[in-house]
Amino acid sequence: MWMLAVRDNRDRVAFGRLFDHFAPRLKAVVLRSGSGDGQAEEIVQEVMLTVWRKAAQFDPERAQVSSWIYQIARNRQIDVLRKENRPVPEELGYEAEAEPDASRVVAVEQESGKLRAALGALTPEQRMVIEKAYFGEMTHQDIRDDTGLPLGTIKSRIRLGLERLRHELKGLRDE
Amino acid sequence: MTQIVHHVPERLLVAYAAGTLPQAFSLVVAAHVSMCDECRAALEAHQAVGGALLEDEPLINLSGDMKADLMARLDDAVPDEPVYRRDGPFPAPVVAAMKGRGPRWTKLGGGVKQSILSADATGSVRLLSIPGGQAVPDHTHGGLELTLVLQGAFADETGRFGAGDLEVANDDLEHKPIAEPGPDCICLAATDAPLRFRALVPRLLQPLFRI
Ligand SMILES: [Zn+2]
Repeated sequence: MWMLAVRDNRDRVAFGRLFDHFAPRLKAVVLRSGSGDGQAEEIVQEVMLTVWRKAAQFDPERAQVSSWIYQIARNRQIDVLRKENRPVPEELGYEAEAEPDASRVVAVEQESGKLRAALGALTPEQRMVIEKAYFGEMTHQDIRDDTGLPLGTIKSRIRLGLERLRHELKGLRDE
Repeated sequence: MTQIVHHVPERLLVAYAAGTLPQAFSLVVAAHVSMCDECRAALEAHQAVGGALLEDEPLINLSGDMKADLMARLDDAVPDEPVYRRDGPFPAPVVAAMKGRGPRWTKLGGGVKQSILSADATGSVRLLSIPGGQAVPDHTHGGLELTLVLQGAFADETGRFGAGDLEVANDDLEHKPIAEPGPDCICLAATDAPLRFRALVPRLLQPLFRI
């Protein structure tokens, strides 16, 4: 797994693979918010540099690489566009396991496979609304009006993910 | 810690993850998530949705030298970023917003104090300290207001809010929160519109106090 090789061995080849996979997708996301080509690549570079520097915080028992990179990307893009640091939650004070529990990592992978399938089953209209919400194109009015997101069929998947994460976090607190 | 019963509504968590929340509200959400495992798990579940969407994005061509540029930067010195930790009732993101210096209280009368952390066109966020047993000045809202209890508790027409609880108030809520007897009730309050206190300070003075 590339991300663990980056985290544990500072493996540059593995990092190059991560870059090849994520940088073109990240650029697509950043371009959505109206950044020009040059600025978009600058932001993608910042995101990937953050991935390299904060690799120690990656925990495969809790998240897929894509989820972790998604949040870094959103944070970096806001930092650059608003020229201020986004408030982020307190880190949980623990070290990720050097040897992740394989069954938990598999559970995370299976869950995200099912989540992607559920996303794939959305109608194009639903899909568009969801992408807008998660890629930062919601208006302030959308946020204020309590109309709820049309999460539809992915709602149950989010709920299952939440169940598992709740369990994981409780485990961390009890250790 | 006592049980948290009032959490971050889903749409606000998604907006926070996506980065669409104004800075003032983001601070309140980050502070609540710091205190609440339930919402931390929910936030991570939404990040998983974001990650799945990211995987499905089209591939956009990169400039030829971009990867080489980045690889060459991996050994650059990492800029020193201060790391803030929880300090008493203040979770790390609140300490970060105060740059580690602690609240600078100004008196509002009746033992009520405030410390403005930031205020601009998109909204404001401040700390409020209300002595136990005391009413928070009567006010109505011109927008969305998030109030997170950091210490003590208050109650109003909509319920009781203890440490970690988040109250979400919309335009139409006119409420009279009263701090519970006991230690000062300290809240982190963010709004996207100026608050209009009706009893305590004449409206003309409001620009002066920025409340
Ligand atoms: Zn919560």
